[in-house]
Amino acid sequence: MPDTQALVNDFISKLKKRKIEGSQATAKQTAELLRSVISQTRVPYTNQAAALIQSVKAVGERLIAANPVELAVGNVVRRVLHIIREEDLSLTTAAMAGLNLSAVSDDEDDADRDNQPVLSAAAIAAASRSTLRPPSLQTLLEDVPDSAAIPHTSSSGGDSEGKSKSADKSSRSRKLKHDVIEAVNELIQDISTCHEQIAEQAVEHIHQNEVILTLGSSRTVLEFLCAAKEKKRSFRVFVSEGAPRYQGHLLAKELVMRGLQTTLITDSAVFAMISRVNMVIVGAHAVMANGGVIAPVGLNMVALAAQKHAVPFVVLAGSHKLCPLYPHHPEVLLNELRSPSELLDFGEFSDCLDFGSGIGAPLLHVVNPTFDYVQPKLVSLFITDTGGHNPSYIGEMYRLFVVSACGEGMNFKSEIMRTNCIAEGNFVKSSIRMRGINFFGKLEDRKSQFFCGCGEM
Amino acid sequence: MKQPPQKKDGPPVASSVAASERGVDRPVEKERKKDLPPPRMQFDDESRVDKAKRRSLLNQPEARNRVELFRHLPPHKNGSQLPYLESKFFELHEMHPSVYKVGLQYLTGDTSGGNARCIAMLQAFQEAIRDYSTPPEKTLNRDLTSKIGGFVSFLIECRPLSMSMGNAIRFLKSRIARLPLTLSESEAKAALCSDIDRFINEKIVLADKVILRHAATKIRDGDVLLTYGSSCVVEMILLYAHEIGKQFRVVVVDSRPMLEGQKQLRRLVAKGLSCTYTQLNAISYVMHEVTRVFLGASSIFSNGTVYSRVGTASVAMVAHAFHVPVLVCCEAYKFHERVQLDSICFNELGDPDAVSKVPGREDVNYLDNLTDKQKENLQLLNLKYDATPSDYISVIVTDYGMIPPTSVPVIVREYRKEYLLI
Repeated sequence: MPDTQALVNDFISKLKKRKIEGSQATAKQTAELLRSVISQTRVPYTNQAAALIQSVKAVGERLIAANPVELAVGNVVRRVLHIIREEDLSLTTAAMAGLNLSAVSDDEDDADRDNQPVLSAAAIAAASRSTLRPPSLQTLLEDVPDSAAIPHTSSSGGDSEGKSKSADKSSRSRKLKHDVIEAVNELIQDISTCHEQIAEQAVEHIHQNEVILTLGSSRTVLEFLCAAKEKKRSFRVFVSEGAPRYQGHLLAKELVMRGLQTTLITDSAVFAMISRVNMVIVGAHAVMANGGVIAPVGLNMVALAAQKHAVPFVVLAGSHKLCPLYPHHPEVLLNELRSPSELLDFGEFSDCLDFGSGIGAPLLHVVNPTFDYVQPKLVSLFITDTGGHNPSYIGEMYRLFVVSACGEGMNFKSEIMRTNCIAEGNFVKSSIRMRGINFFGKLEDRKSQFFCGCGEM
Repeated sequence: MKQPPQKKDGPPVASSVAASERGVDRPVEKERKKDLPPPRMQFDDESRVDKAKRRSLLNQPEARNRVELFRHLPPHKNGSQLPYLESKFFELHEMHPSVYKVGLQYLTGDTSGGNARCIAMLQAFQEAIRDYSTPPEKTLNRDLTSKIGGFVSFLIECRPLSMSMGNAIRFLKSRIARLPLTLSESEAKAALCSDIDRFINEKIVLADKVILRHAATKIRDGDVLLTYGSSCVVEMILLYAHEIGKQFRVVVVDSRPMLEGQKQLRRLVAKGLSCTYTQLNAISYVMHEVTRVFLGASSIFSNGTVYSRVGTASVAMVAHAFHVPVLVCCEAYKFHERVQLDSICFNELGDPDAVSKVPGREDVNYLDNLTDKQKENLQLLNLKYDATPSDYISVIVTDYGMIPPTSVPVIVREYRKEYLLI
């Protein structure tokens, strides 16, 4: 597929050169690129999902390596992988439901998968029923029949998949790709409209005569504030300029053009003014699994000041910014240093740069980081397109997922890492586990199911 | 025009003697009243502002886009007044030329920093006193005091007084008031000039030397020291410690709009210190490797609050969050008996245009093309000072030693009487 390769290479070079600004644009372009990769992938008749996953993984790894700091790329890749697995599962269960329960094992397909026992029709029927319906409290309490059913269902799933393949090979192959591409289109739609959904919640959080503080510029924050203004709330905004990029000036201009009372302050005045502020609303670059926020530089200082003055610190983040990784040393590892020329004019300080110490190292270093890490305990509320969340809830979802998988003797992370070489059965096994947890965690809607796509690929 | 904090009329000795004649409880009341700082000029009171306008020399700038919270503070007077003032140089007979010069230097920002401004003002007053001659039928005490008052009001118009200047003026007026009436005019003038010299020498120059000694003991080899903005005392400490051979690194943190750290950076690098330069926003990034934070102060209030360049509070807060000790280096003459809780009740407003314009970066001038109607909604705030709460400060290094922030009112009470009795 030479044209997709060209697209992929072009995108990778843009990522490497940091030409794409902002996580929303990055996420959207990644999703579109993966959509074209999927549509161009030639899938065999068997193990379709594996082939799609393989190609997406290959491209995804290269994309993530191009800009490791842009976490939205990895998030989107994981969501697309999850979409593939989900669609595959739903097709399988649909096939099983529509299939006659008189099971005849298909010997010709046995060689393709692990050794699994051939089951009676009753067992297959029971298994199919249990996969289609969520487990009830009674089956939970009677733990044994349920766990015994599940490995069998995987094999029966495999069997029935073999049957369904033999029954209707060509239409199924087209259907998986089609479904996946539709779902990826939905994902792109979600990414594009995340601002509107977050902005809809603005009226619940902003009251009359409120004073709001923000730093730098974020499109989500701008739409949030404008939505509140549309609903006739009157409030004032203090915008901190956010040196050295001075995006606060841009936000102040936008707000002033829409008729909001805005005061532009320097970053040094944040501590002085925050005692007179009711709420701090900021955007984020990425949200980590523990609820910590990778935010534009300066926001840790604002968060500490807000905590000192008991001012709520609200972070707006679209769901493409939620990342399943835990941060370790995020100030260094998930940070980028920009050019020092934004701080010091080289012409003015070139004589200082000539001075050297005994070992020849220059005496003057200039540090210009792009991001700051804000600890989860400093954040009062996350507002995403699914609603408002506590920082612990964000981490809780990932932890809930991983623990449940472990509890049944399987680590989902290792599961995903092995998907490359394991046959169909385990896909279905892991998908069912996800489905079970979806029920308990009440993550029925598609938007929240990205949590299941976590872990290393 | 009402003077901000420091004016005390009348010799305190005479009043307490008179009061003791009237009863025991009266002196207590008078003392208490004297201890309360006199109220400041209220700029949100229309009538007073109009009165002040009529008496002032400078044209007051129109109040455009004033931030509501700060309407009680005088608006900034920028250097555009300079040609007007220069033209009036020969018209103001009551103004001494050296005082005029110092006022213009304040207006344009050539002289900045508490110590520098105080020394410049006192030396100008010395010149004025030397050239002074008592008019007939007037006593030296009263007339000179009122003349000094006139000079001070001019300086206030150019730029609001700093706390150090206020304390120095209070000292000078009390010295004038305590002059024995038996002295001849030349003897009195000589005594005053030598008093001013002593004040500068003892309270500023020698005090700085003592602070250097104390602070240098707190610097160990391998330290990474962080400093904010440009404080002359902290710069002296760093250069002194480097001279006596300590090995350390300096992180210079700077902020808009004044970017004072750049000048200090240049001076430090020229002397051979290894420096890292960054903006205030990146303070959480650099604080991981910092071992000590050294800050200067414009004044320290009696509740331990440090009144210093805007942004100091953020630095101290982040240092506190990372468990890095914060040392504030301040001479004792800058202490003040006022108390302040936040940075809004008393502050100084700077030039608002300095916020919207970023010098040297054409690509970020987003606020250039706004219509007037849009500009109504936009306010620009440029604060000069802020108040750091005392719980972020570990120790204050003064010429009286290293004290905790809670000991400031003790120093104010015990040692303030000292210069009344020199």
